[in-house]
Amino acid sequence: MRENDLDLLRLPLPSDNPLEPPAEWERLRRQCPVSTVELPSGDKATYLTRYDHVKALLSDARFARPTAEDEGAARIAPEGAGGPAADGSSTLTLPDRGEPHLRWRRQVGKYFTAKRMTALRPGMVRTAEGLVYDMVRQGQPADLKACLGFPLPVYVICDILGVPAADRDRFSHWSDAFLNVSRYTGEQTRAAYEEFAEYMSAHIAATRAEPGEDLISMVIGESEGEGQGLTDDELLGTAMGLLVAGHETTANMIGKMVAMLLADRTRWERLLADQGLVRTAVDEALRFDANLGFGIRRYLTEDVEVDGEVLPRGTTVVCSMPAANRDERVFTDADDMVLSRSPNPHLTFGAGPHSCLGQSLARTELQVTLDVLLRKLPTLRLAVSIDELQRVEGLLVGGLSTVPVRW
Amino acid sequence: MKVSVDLDRCCGAGQCVLIAPEVFDQGDEDGIVVLLEPSPAVDLHPVVHEAAAVCPASAITIDDSH
Repeated sequence: MRENDLDLLRLPLPSDNPLEPPAEWERLRRQCPVSTVELPSGDKATYLTRYDHVKALLSDARFARPTAEDEGAARIAPEGAGGPAADGSSTLTLPDRGEPHLRWRRQVGKYFTAKRMTALRPGMVRTAEGLVYDMVRQGQPADLKACLGFPLPVYVICDILGVPAADRDRFSHWSDAFLNVSRYTGEQTRAAYEEFAEYMSAHIAATRAEPGEDLISMVIGESEGEGQGLTDDELLGTAMGLLVAGHETTANMIGKMVAMLLADRTRWERLLADQGLVRTAVDEALRFDANLGFGIRRYLTEDVEVDGEVLPRGTTVVCSMPAANRDERVFTDADDMVLSRSPNPHLTFGAGPHSCLGQSLARTELQVTLDVLLRKLPTLRLAVSIDELQRVEGLLVGGLSTVPVRW
Repeated sequence: MKVSVDLDRCCGAGQCVLIAPEVFDQGDEDGIVVLLEPSPAVDLHPVVHEAAAVCPASAITIDDSH
């Protein structure tokens, strides 16, 4: 059943405090699991909030994120804002559907196997320990997001791409400019993209001449002789995709995870008492996070039935993973953060053929963060009340603007 | 317990390998699941169930009737 247009819901939905989910989710899941919403662009979309519906649509290999070619697709933000990541323009020259997508995915995905991420772990621990050491030296209170959450994932991505440590801060800046729709104009985003493309093209050429152990070298090395490797444009798109997909998301998640665990300090104490809970606690933080952003869009290239209703071809669907993650039909005590929850089939990384390529990487980074903080700063606590935490005003990736802590 | 995997559905997320490395691996060539143990021992059943439940591609099927 659809809402009357007069009551049209507008995304983002409001909530009581930055860590709480919008109250509307519960009502929508119960009464109106297939509803109509208006996005900040003014475009309308169909909004799904139940676990089964969200999972089924995300897993449906027929559909992908809308691109500029999809007629009438709902845009997130008004024209130009948010750059290539927001409007799905073709600057990310990657195959996004069907067989070509599968081929690309397998070629790059093999770098992100669980074993390889485990092998990267000691390096990540050293990086995280160094960042925590610097934060402590600067004194308290400190912003955990700026000191640890923001730099750690970009340093890790630079290592994966084989970029020297000296250039990490340039990557931080570019990543920020690609995604931060409120702080940068469309022109600044384009300028950042050009700088990034120039840097990466030179880096790819240098890597071709002298390969190392990184992802670019691996993809280049394997494509030789096979005649079906990635082109330089695809490598550039891959590098940009990794930065866009892997930096701000993980940076925000580090901040939110620590904030959620400290917001009720008995959670932190439980982890201190049993650090074996880190793995399940990380996935529970991923499930529990109410600030994931709107969700993932899917453009319907043919009619599809959801909850007995036919959604016509040409519809843009917004799949709300955070609403689905609170679905009490699937998760017992869905509104409690249960650090030992297992299994935890949350949809934070999506589902199906487009589910997050870097999810093992993200999990490893989050686990390392938690391990290092529990070990180095057991007395960690929030330096402000929960109500004083501020949401990021970005459109694509939800998060807290700062996470002030003491220890 | 009889475990089977759908190689076409697998998206290489590696969750199963992290949870149950005795039963699942990923191919070096494509990151796709490799089933090491189609009939895992009883003590592994809980982790195998967890791996199947969290697989983002729903590529793991368990038949408990065996």
